[in-house]
This record gives sequence, structure tokens and C-alpha cells, in this order.
Amino acid sequence: MKKYFRNFYKYRYLLYEIVRKNIKLQYRDSFLGILWTFLQPLLTTIVLVIVFGNLLGKDSSKVLNYPIYLLCGRLLYDFYSQSTKRAMRSIKNSASVIKKVYVPKYMYPLANVLSVFVTFIISLFVLVLFIAYFLLFSPNKPNITPYIFLSFIPIIILFILCLGVGLILATLEVFFKDIEYLYDVFCMLLFYMTPIVYRIDQLKIENEWIMRIFMANPLYSIVNMFRDCVLFGQMININHLLYSLAFSVTMLVIGVVVFAKKQDKFILHI
Amino acid sequence: MAQPAVKVENVSVLFNLNNEKIDNLKEYFIKFVTRKLHYNEFWALQDISFTVEKSDRIGILGFNGAGKSTLLKVVSGVLKPTKGNVEVHGVIAPMLELGAGFDMNYSGHENIYLYGATMGYPRKFIQERYDEIVKFSELEKFIDVPVKNYSSGMKARLGFAIASAVDPEVLILDEVLSVGDAKFRAKSEQKIVSMFDKGVTVLFVSHNTDQVRRICNKAIILDKGRLIAQGEVNEICDKYAELAAEKKK
Repeated sequence: MKKYFRNFYKYRYLLYEIVRKNIKLQYRDSFLGILWTFLQPLLTTIVLVIVFGNLLGKDSSKVLNYPIYLLCGRLLYDFYSQSTKRAMRSIKNSASVIKKVYVPKYMYPLANVLSVFVTFIISLFVLVLFIAYFLLFSPNKPNITPYIFLSFIPIIILFILCLGVGLILATLEVFFKDIEYLYDVFCMLLFYMTPIVYRIDQLKIENEWIMRIFMANPLYSIVNMFRDCVLFGQMININHLLYSLAFSVTMLVIGVVVFAKKQDKFILHI
Repeated sequence: MAQPAVKVENVSVLFNLNNEKIDNLKEYFIKFVTRKLHYNEFWALQDISFTVEKSDRIGILGFNGAGKSTLLKVVSGVLKPTKGNVEVHGVIAPMLELGAGFDMNYSGHENIYLYGATMGYPRKFIQERYDEIVKFSELEKFIDVPVKNYSSGMKARLGFAIASAVDPEVLILDEVLSVGDAKFRAKSEQKIVSMFDKGVTVLFVSHNTDQVRRICNKAIILDKGRLIAQGEVNEICDKYAELAAEKKK
């Protein structure tokens, strides 16, 4: 065990360099560069508000701030889908290095999740901007309370989930390239299964089993907790917290075990 | 007696050569169910044992497919042996293929740090050697150009400059001295010889027995995954020349 920590400590610079590289290269050669981390979620949210705003944003019972509601869900979903997709491809993409030089292989999925995490944190400023704008100029004010400081909890749980899923996918990708296409479809399904553009009560689900399927989605719990602290200004739901935390930690444990067991075989397949 | 720099004990490596590469779920599933998962077993290395003392320079000779590169991969830790084990004491700098750790979209300047980190060195450590690396690689003019625009010789020069600048204790060279022009070859050979004075241990793969004689003091011959001879460099090189002559017949 100690050996692993020492090895991680030795290669911590590699982690830093890969994260740095990913972020630098992502926006290289574009005129606006890093500004796209703000602009991209800003513009896509505006599009989604225009498309779905009239359809799903109407709320008869209480006044809901739909743009912020949507942005919260979208930012978290984007972090999940981008980080897991990049982690999935990370081992294959680093084949040239892994084949020639010894490096701890888990560095690649970890660094990819981390670099998406960094851009995610930067893009949270868009959310801050939205909140500030609606606080100042809209009658439909978000309810900002000290609970907003709890918003780091869903973010940390989401990070654990992404890392776990990323490790599993990276391992699968080495042996079965099909997973890449399957996962794209899965992510699309996940986008609609998670209440991002709509609210779950709008669906008026009466069948208990279908409701359970919706509730089983850990992203639902995470997004819900995040909105509770950022938008609705209330304490996070303890059931959501326990469920998503248990789910994420289980994923991480499975990911670490699967990755560790199979990593010596990677070189024969990439 | 100091501990040996590299100790290879009874190492064997088994490859599964699939008749057809199975890389999608459907095929795998069908073959699994119908029990058609055949593997052609192939021992790339069989029961190799040798030790390399500190500041020994050992040449690894063998014909194509003898397992030389596999052996170096095992020593550098890239490949885990199927059986046996390998101990390496000291900082190891693999030069299996120069420039393998480069990112093509990154400039030469940025790649120096990335490559350093791939070998486990911090930014600061590389920073201190940065000027030396750039000077040795003779890429002053092109250091801010993305590596994708480099020629293969330029990439090899940069890779060699970085790997040799970090003062490794064990240096692994896989035919790297056969790249670049004559001038750079001479320069890199000189650099390696200068590292001998610091007591570097070298594992060197080459087909060129003259080069092996110049650089190494010991040598081994591999043939079809087996170690068939080890000893002083001149003796082994003569033997290798004999073997090569025999094969030609």
C-alpha cells in the first residue's frame, strides 16, 4: 500500500502536466480561447431556454427561475458526460507512451477527469453571473441562503462518480472499442432521464416502477441536491445524499478494482 | 559488494497471438459461447536470468524476433513478465523509442516538461536543465513550434537530449543510436560515453557489433526467446558474428 502512495507521489508532476496540457490544448488555435468555457454553457443554456422555456418552464404552483434551474442541471451533466467520455478514451489515446515508458496508468483517466473538473469549476462563474443578474433585475429571484455553501457536497460526490465510471470505461474501452458508441447513446438517454430541462413532477408519473427507475439515477440525486442549495436555498435532502454517495463510492471501488486487475493486460491490446 | 543495478530472474513472457483480433463484444460473445476462443501461445522470452552490476554496460544482441525489445520492456517496467521477476535499483531512463512521450500539438518547449514528468521529474528539476537540453538538441530556433511539424530527426534529437539530461542511473537504449545523421550519432555516442564516468549502467540493443564493442564491456545473445550466451563483449561479439555467418549460409 505504501509503495502505491510513494509511486503516486513520485508521478504527481505527471498528473499536473497532463491536466495542464489538456486545458491548454483544448482551446488552442481558437480566437476566444479559455473564454469558451464561459461562452459555451452560456450560449447552450440560452438555446435550451428558448426551446424548452415555454414548453416546460411554466410553473403554475410556484414561481420557478427556469434559466438557473436549467443551467444547474446542464453544468453538472456536462461535467459528467465530458469527463467520463474523456477518461474512457484516455488509455487508448496514450498508447504511444504506455507502450514505451513505465507510468502509473491510472494517471490518464484521473488526469482527464481532473482537467474537465477544472474547466467545470471555471464555468461555474456563468452560474454566479446568472444568479447575480436575476437577483438584481428579475422579479423572479432565486432564493439565496447560507445553504449555498453546501453546494460543494454534490460536486464532490459527482467527482467520485465520474472517476469511478471513468476507470471502468477506460478498462472496457481497451478490450472492446464498441463501448465508445454504446456510451454515447447511453449519455443521450441519461440526458433525458435526468430532470435537466424538465421537472420530475411535470411528468406526472403514476406507475411506481417507472418512478423508481427515475429515482435510481444517481445524477438525479446529485442535480437535485445542487439545486436545493443553489436555487431553492434549502437544506439538501439526506436521502439523496446517502444514496448518491453510496452509489458513487461503490462505482469508484469497482472502477479501482477492475482497472488494477486488468492494467497489466492493457499493453497487449492497445 | 554493492547490490546489482539490474537483476533479472527466470523471466518468461507469454503472448497470446490471436488468430484474428477480437475487439468487439459481439464477436467475443459468440466465440465465447461457441468456445472458439483459441489462442496461439507464444513464448517471447523463456527463463532469462542475468544480473547487471553497477556501471556495467551490457550489449544485447540477437536476430529479429529474438525478444530483445521485449526484454527491455520488461526491464523498464512497461511489460509485466508472465513468470519470474525483475529488480531495478536506481533511476531508470528508457529510450525505447525517442519521442514516444511527446504530444504532437504541443511545442518543443512544452514537451520538454511533459516528457520530464512522464519520467517522473518535477518541473523545477527540468527547468534547471532546460538550456542544456535545448542546446544539445540544437533546436533553439524551433523550440516554440509544435512537435507535429518536426522532422523525425528533430524529434529524436529532442528526445535524446531530455532523456540524457536527467542523469539516470540505468540507461536503456533500443537502437536509438541508429537515428539521426552521422554528426548527431557521434555526438550522442560521445554523450553516453561521458555518462560512463558518472557510473551509469547501460542496457544497449543494437545489430551493429562495432557499436556494441565501442560502448559495452559485456554482452548477451538472445535467440528465439532464450539466453544462449553471456560474457565479455569481444568474446560474445565474435560468437554473434559466427552465428550470423552461419545463418547466412
